[in-house]
Amino acid sequence: MGKLKTLADLKRIREETQAKLDLRIKGDSPEGLVQVKVAMATCGIASGARPIMDFFIDELDKRGIGAVVTQTGCMGYCYAEPTIEIQLPGKEPVVYGFVDRKRADEIIEKYIKNGELVEGIIPVNYEKID
Amino acid sequence: MHLLVCGGTGCRASESSLIVENLKRELEEKGLAGEVQVIMTGCFGFCEKGPVVKVMPDNTFYVQVKPEDAPVIVAGHVIKGRPVQRLLYVDPKSREHIADSKHMGFYRKQIRIALRNCGFINPENIDEYIARDGYAALGKCLSELKPSDVVDIVKKSGLRGRGGAGFPTGLKWEIASKNQADQKYVVCNADEGDPGAFMDRSVLEGDPHSVLEAMAICGYAIGASKGLIYIRAEYPLAIQRLKVAIGQAREYGLLGNNIFETDFSFDIEMRYGAGAFVCGEETALIHSMEGARGEPTNKPPFPAESGFMGKPSNVNNVETFASVPVIITKGWEWFSAIGTEKSKGTKVFALAGKINNVGLIEVPMGTTLREIIFEIGGGIKNGKKFKAVQTGGPSGGCLTEQHLDTPIDFDNLVAVGSMMGSGGMIVMDEDDCMVSIAKFFLEFTVEESCGKCAPCRIGNKRIHELLTHITKGNGTMADLDRLKNMCNVIKDTSLCGLGQTSPNPVLSTMANFMDEYVAHVTDKRCPAGSCRDLMKYSIILDKCVGCTACARGCPVNAITGERKGPHFIDQEKCIKCGACFEKCKFGAVLIN
Repeated sequence: MGKLKTLADLKRIREETQAKLDLRIKGDSPEGLVQVKVAMATCGIASGARPIMDFFIDELDKRGIGAVVTQTGCMGYCYAEPTIEIQLPGKEPVVYGFVDRKRADEIIEKYIKNGELVEGIIPVNYEKID
Repeated sequence: MHLLVCGGTGCRASESSLIVENLKRELEEKGLAGEVQVIMTGCFGFCEKGPVVKVMPDNTFYVQVKPEDAPVIVAGHVIKGRPVQRLLYVDPKSREHIADSKHMGFYRKQIRIALRNCGFINPENIDEYIARDGYAALGKCLSELKPSDVVDIVKKSGLRGRGGAGFPTGLKWEIASKNQADQKYVVCNADEGDPGAFMDRSVLEGDPHSVLEAMAICGYAIGASKGLIYIRAEYPLAIQRLKVAIGQAREYGLLGNNIFETDFSFDIEMRYGAGAFVCGEETALIHSMEGARGEPTNKPPFPAESGFMGKPSNVNNVETFASVPVIITKGWEWFSAIGTEKSKGTKVFALAGKINNVGLIEVPMGTTLREIIFEIGGGIKNGKKFKAVQTGGPSGGCLTEQHLDTPIDFDNLVAVGSMMGSGGMIVMDEDDCMVSIAKFFLEFTVEESCGKCAPCRIGNKRIHELLTHITKGNGTMADLDRLKNMCNVIKDTSLCGLGQTSPNPVLSTMANFMDEYVAHVTDKRCPAGSCRDLMKYSIILDKCVGCTACARGCPVNAITGERKGPHFIDQEKCIKCGACFEKCKFGAVLIN
C-alpha cells in the first residue's frame, strides 16, 4: 500500500476495512467467519494468552473451522486473563475469561461448533462509543 | 436459549450456585435440558442487585433472584415466553420495569473514550484503526480547521491533563502555540510511574495509533513538526507496538512530510527512560530526554516557553492524547456534555488491591467511589469489610467510607485530601494497617526521590524512619506531632510535585485513621493485626490439649510443654512467624 495522498484515500481504506469486518461479523453467507480476538496486552500475555492464541490458530485449522484469530489490546478484565472474545457470524460477541487449554477446547467444541455457551463468560459492562 | 447466572463472588454468596442447580433440575423435569442451557458466568458488576440471571438471546435481566424463583422462570419465561415481571429491574427514577439490560442505566456507567479501541481492534493493523474512524480527525484538522480552531475546540471541550495535576489541555496548547520559535516539540509523557496504574500502558499496547494521531493534531495546532514519545524501557510490548504503528503511519504518509499533500509535516521519535518516578514530572522528563539527569527544575520557565532543547514544547500524557481525536471528530459539545462542571469527559481507573474485579475501567467524571468499587469493581475480596481506597498512587491520599459517595473529579478529590493522579486506585480491607500502608508508599518515594532538593531527599527519609519506628512499637505521641509537622514542611518546601505530594499518604491516613496511629504508640498494638513486631502469640491454657503440634512446628523451639500437658511460648525466643497458630487444630493459639 502506498502513501495516502488525500482524504479520499483514507475514506477508501476505512470503507474497505469496514466492509471486510462487516462481512465477518454479519455474514450469514458462507463467507461468514468465526472471529476470535485474544487480549494480548501485558496482563494477558503474562497470564498465558500467547499459547492460547496459538492453540486457537492450530486447532481451528486442524478441526477445519473457518475462523480469523487476531490479537487485540486489554479489554479491562485483568482479573480474568487470559480473556478472549468470540464472535460467531450474525451473533453478538461473547467474552470468555480464565481461558486455559481445557476451556479453549470446550469453547471450540461447544460454542464455536454448536453455539452452546460454556462456563467462563464475562458479561460486558461498558458502553462503546461509535 | 441460554440462562446466564452470575457466578461472581457477591452473587455466589447469595446462593447463585443453588439457583443454577434449581434451574437445571426444573428444566430436566420439563424435558427442556437439551434445548435450554444454564451457564454460570463471571461478575455482571451489578452486585448491588444480585444474584442476577440473564436470559439470552432476548437479553432479559432478572435481579435479586432467589433459588425458589427457578420454577417461575422456567414455567413463565422459558415455556410461555412471558418475562417474570416481579423479578425485572425497576428503574429507580421512572419506576418502570426494564426487561432489556441494554436499557439499564447501570450499563451506561462505563463509557470508553480513551479506551475506545482497546480490546476491540488489532493494535498492529493500521487499517483496523482507520476503519474505526482513525486519522479522520487529523484529516479534518488539515482540511477544514485552522490551527487556532483546533486549539479552540480542545479548550472548549474542557479536557484536562490525565497525568495527575489536571491542567487544562487546551490552555497548554494555546500557550505553546503563541510562543514563536523555529522549532517546537510535541512530547508524549508515557513514563507511567504510579505503582498500580497501567492505563497508559494499555492504551499504547491496545491502540497506539490514537496517540500518534493526537500528537500530529497537537503538532498542527501549536506549529510543531517533531514529536517525541518518552517511554520507560520497562514497557517492551508498548514500545514494540508503538514502533510498528509509527512504521505503518509513515508508510501511509500519515507521518512524515506533507501529510495529505498539505504543507504540514510531522514525524515522531521515541525516547527511552529507565523508569524513574520523578521523570513523569515534565521538566525532569525533558532533561532526561536531553541526556541529562532526570531532575526537575523550577517553573517558570514552563516547557511551553523553553522545553526540549530550549524550544517551546507541549507535554501531554498518553490518556490525554488518546481522548483528543474523538473530541475533534465528535465535537467539543459532545465531550463536554459528559462529566462534571469542572472536569469533563471520562477517566480511566486501574482497580487494584483487595477488590474482586481487578482491571481497567473508564467512567464519566462524577461517578462515585461507591459505584466504582462496589458495582463495577464487584466489591471487596473474600467478603471482607471495606476500609480505605488510595487514589492517585504514592502522591495521593487514603479515602474512607465517608468519602464513598463523593462524585470523583479533579477538584473534589483534592478537596477531600487526595488527588486524581494518573488514576490508580488501590482498595484496602479491614486487614490492612494504615500506618504500614503509609510506610509502604513512603518507601517508594524515598527510593524514587531524585535527591536534588533537601526537603524531599532528607525529609522523606526521616518520615520513613519515624513510621518504621512506630510500626515497631517504639513510637511516642510526640513522634506523631513531629511526623505531621515534618510532612507539612516537606509539602510546602519541595521543588517539584514528587516532594510536594509525597507526604499525602501519611497526612491522609493521620486525618482519617488517627486512632490506629495512637493504638500503635500508646497501646503498642496494631488494630489490623498486620504489624508483626506488635504481635504477641500466647497459648490459651484451657484450650490446649497438649498435642505438641505447635512445639514441633516452631522453627526456633520457643514452645515448651509436656505431652498432654499445657504448652507455653517463650516471648524472648518467639519470632512471630505464626507457624504455631496455623498448626493448632484447637484454636488455642491467641494472637494479640
